Amino acid sequence: MSRTFLAKNPSVLTFLLILAIFTLGVTILSEAYGVAFVSTSFVKTLGKTLCLCLVALAMDLVWGYAGILSLGHMAFFAIGGYMLGMWLMYARTEEIVVAALAQGVLPATAEEIRQGIATQIFGVVGASEFPAIWVFAHSFWMQLALVVLVPGVLAAVFGWLAFRSRVTGVYLSILTQAMTLALALYLFQNDSGLRGNNGLSGLQNLPGLDGVSQDRLSVWFLWASAAALGLGYALVAWVVSGKFGSVIRAIRDDEQRVRFLGYSVEGYKLFVFTLTAVIAAIAGALYYPQAGIINPAELAPIASIYLAVWVAIGGRGRLYGAVIGAAFVSVVSSWFTGGRVPDVPLGVYTVQWVDWWSVVLGLSFVLVTLFAPKGIGGLFDLWQGVKSPDRKGAALGPDDGALMEREAQE
Amino acid sequence: MRALILALLLAFTALPAAAETAAEIVAKNAAQIEKPSRQTIGPVIDALAASGDAQAAAVLEAWGDKRLGLRKADGAFFIVEKTADGWALTALDGSDAGTAAKGDITELKPNAGVRGLIATALVQFTLSDPDRVKRVAALESIAKDPKAEALAPLVASVAGEDDPGLKAQKERLVGLLTIRFGADAAARVAAIEGFGSDLGLDLRGALNPLVAKTRLAFAGEPPAGVNLAGDLKVGRDLTEAEAYELLVAANLAPARLTVAAAREALVANLKDGAVGGVPLADLGTQAARDRAYTALEAAGVVPPAATDAEVAEAVAQHRFAESYAEPDPAVTAAAEAALKRIGTKVGAMQGADLALDALSLASIYFLAAIGLAITFGVMRVINMAHGEFIMMGAYTGYVVQQWITNYTLSIVVALPLAFAVTFAAGVAMERLVIRHLYKRPLETLLATFGISIALQQLAKNIFGTQARPLTSPAWLDGALVFNDVVSISYIRIAIFVLALLFLMFFLWLMKRTRLGLEVRAVTQNPSMAASMGIDPDRINMLTFGIGSGIAGIAGVAIGLFAKVTSELGSDYIVQSFMTVVVGGVGNIWGTLAGAVLIGTLQKGIEWFNPSNTLAAQTYMILFIILFIQFRPRGIIALKGRAAGD
Repeated sequence: MSRTFLAKNPSVLTFLLILAIFTLGVTILSEAYGVAFVSTSFVKTLGKTLCLCLVALAMDLVWGYAGILSLGHMAFFAIGGYMLGMWLMYARTEEIVVAALAQGVLPATAEEIRQGIATQIFGVVGASEFPAIWVFAHSFWMQLALVVLVPGVLAAVFGWLAFRSRVTGVYLSILTQAMTLALALYLFQNDSGLRGNNGLSGLQNLPGLDGVSQDRLSVWFLWASAAALGLGYALVAWVVSGKFGSVIRAIRDDEQRVRFLGYSVEGYKLFVFTLTAVIAAIAGALYYPQAGIINPAELAPIASIYLAVWVAIGGRGRLYGAVIGAAFVSVVSSWFTGGRVPDVPLGVYTVQWVDWWSVVLGLSFVLVTLFAPKGIGGLFDLWQGVKSPDRKGAALGPDDGALMEREAQE
Repeated sequence: MRALILALLLAFTALPAAAETAAEIVAKNAAQIEKPSRQTIGPVIDALAASGDAQAAAVLEAWGDKRLGLRKADGAFFIVEKTADGWALTALDGSDAGTAAKGDITELKPNAGVRGLIATALVQFTLSDPDRVKRVAALESIAKDPKAEALAPLVASVAGEDDPGLKAQKERLVGLLTIRFGADAAARVAAIEGFGSDLGLDLRGALNPLVAKTRLAFAGEPPAGVNLAGDLKVGRDLTEAEAYELLVAANLAPARLTVAAAREALVANLKDGAVGGVPLADLGTQAARDRAYTALEAAGVVPPAATDAEVAEAVAQHRFAESYAEPDPAVTAAAEAALKRIGTKVGAMQGADLALDALSLASIYFLAAIGLAITFGVMRVINMAHGEFIMMGAYTGYVVQQWITNYTLSIVVALPLAFAVTFAAGVAMERLVIRHLYKRPLETLLATFGISIALQQLAKNIFGTQARPLTSPAWLDGALVFNDVVSISYIRIAIFVLALLFLMFFLWLMKRTRLGLEVRAVTQNPSMAASMGIDPDRINMLTFGIGSGIAGIAGVAIGLFAKVTSELGSDYIVQSFMTVVVGGVGNIWGTLAGAVLIGTLQKGIEWFNPSNTLAAQTYMILFIILFIQFRPRGIIALKGRAAGD
């Protein structure tokens, strides 16, 4: 028991090393700091992918380890984006408005500036007043705090309500999906105070950094995303490594028994749910400045289901599996849907990947669920020669989320 | 009352008694009639219509039908009719005027705008036309665009009307026109009261303009001739700012200084880098700007702006009131009373209408969820592709309509075909995927979701992204109208009936058939059922197939009123699951209760804020999340061994 955390989890060091090499490599190949082999838009894609890996990591913790199939984590991800986006949009618009008002003869009053910003931002939804939720938008630090606080509190309240009344399994999944749908529908309204379906835009321009080109900004964001992913990975690995990790895995496999042993199952679940919501929100806050725009479509329930798809394809119940799944599926997806894959002529019909990629993804997902529940991560077991005892694939626990014997290897 | 109206009408009709014949009027305005323009021809048409000449109608009709001709030789007008070798002429007084060669006559071709004016003028003649269709058209035209002139001929035509239905319509229209254009207050009040608490939209349309209110401000006594509705208290009925705006609008006070105007004044008086002694650099706050403006005011360079104290004083010195557009107090009082009577009744009727709406929404949700009540409720299989089965059903209906153009027949064919298609799809899915995942419900959720993505994209590839029409048969068009407030479209009734049929089918299947017994046995305890000689595999396959098949039929029904797109299913999937979960899994009555609850709730919330259905859905879902807190197992929870744990 005297071994250190890192010694017990060699995969963390390996992962951090690979991440560092990757980041360094992209930096050297980038347009801003290297040989300009990789285009700026691709650097942004890679940075965004790192954020998706981080949210997949959170999903793996809450689903793969704690057995809570949440279909709402992309909502937390988007809320994080919205919170930071509010400040980005406010500060950026403030710069523009102040510059415009400086052309006038009289120096502008604070009220005029505020009015100008409000008209600029909300003119598109026919309003010219700041809604109440924008009260902290002028302050970077307050909004940064809200990135963590809003999803955290939302997840805590929702989780407390749900776990307290013992909503488990698929019911919880449906309930989280309903929460996501409610949030998305709410944000779609023009009077929600977040510009309805226009969303927030122009987020790629950082206020006060006009002199810095997008080439360099994209690399900075790549570094930030990589740092967040590295820290997140270490944190999650630490959370699941100790006794705490054992308890949440036990909850996944047999919730009743853990409760009878005297653990506060609801407390553990609530902690994991809230923690992962916060991680997802941080990932979102890093993602959307790179994407440049956020709108309520990002919260659609389907996004959260895709998140589950990434984790499942990568291999749930192992952290690197989630990262691999998110990176693999999102990169391959953007490759196929970006029209860069040549069409397949079949004589009577030409398969255009832009149209058929979703079909392939959906079906391959079914195949993975059926035949390779360990996902891509299972390949590492093959490589390392890890074999599971064959108990005819019986479940480890009686609960619905319990792992089957053959996918429990870690 | 009728006598009064008649007397008044006589006065009306007597006005143009300086009787000219139609022919004279036409001759006098020959130039205008030859080249009429919509803007200027009005008086001529009115003169013709009001001439009292029996031939005026014939002349106007001929003109409107492009049958009026001009003889080139002498510029005389005739009603012309084409014959084999030229024109048969009729003089404007109705006498035969012989014939003319083809080239001798210029036909008048008034444009559409002028023809419209002619048609309006003709209405009063056609009110007594022997042809019933024409009379109906005339009535409709008056009802659509009520005019004071129409009242007299309308009253005149009531007595001669022999069709009882049409007579009632005419009398109603007379009443409505009297309310608006009647000669004296007594007649109008009598007309208003004659309607009682009638629910017709046309009556409210006639009454509402009478009691439309405008705000006004005055000092001392109210201006003469104004029909006051009531005083307005500043602070209670209107804010001080609004009150002052009224004063400004009535020229009783100077306009308040706006921020923009103040800025312009300051800019205009900028001297040596300072305004009114305040340096320019300091003018970045409102307080400094006010100081500068006051200095300018003192110097007399800018007009004085009302200070807050002056505004308050001006407001205090004036009275504010609302006045009716209609000047006669007796009429407005009667109209207010009538509207109040109607309002109470309309409220009750709206309640009934809301209940019907809620019921029809509930039956839509029930229809969408009943397949799930089988696959999820009974078998506990989470099928995220359920929505896509609904979509497949709708597209099946669309494809059938491409082959069978008779809409009734095509629906009759589409319903069983949709069942067959989705039954097959369901069985295939159960055999290939779900069978392997019975012990792993979360995985079932994800796998069926994968199928759902694939099916959706497949539908997009085959049918495109635009909405496809699924047309309902003509006998389902229209609505069952009880009155102007309560109505329900036949298609919604059909869906309600379909939902009831499905409910009965489900109950029969589960409670009265061998299959239902076996399904229940397999769900409760598969191994025990198997040892009793039931083949669980076969039962599961059939049950899943039936649940999917019902989703397909529901798809045809939903497609009839919603747009058929590849996203049709995903619009319903979350609500469907909600319906089943809220109602209580495993109990069809629960699903019914869930559908009714969700439908009523959504319509109820929409009623508070009709423009915002998104908000209604948001609050409904929030309510459901809270509801699950208090009844985690739904409205009707299974008890005992059937509950599983």
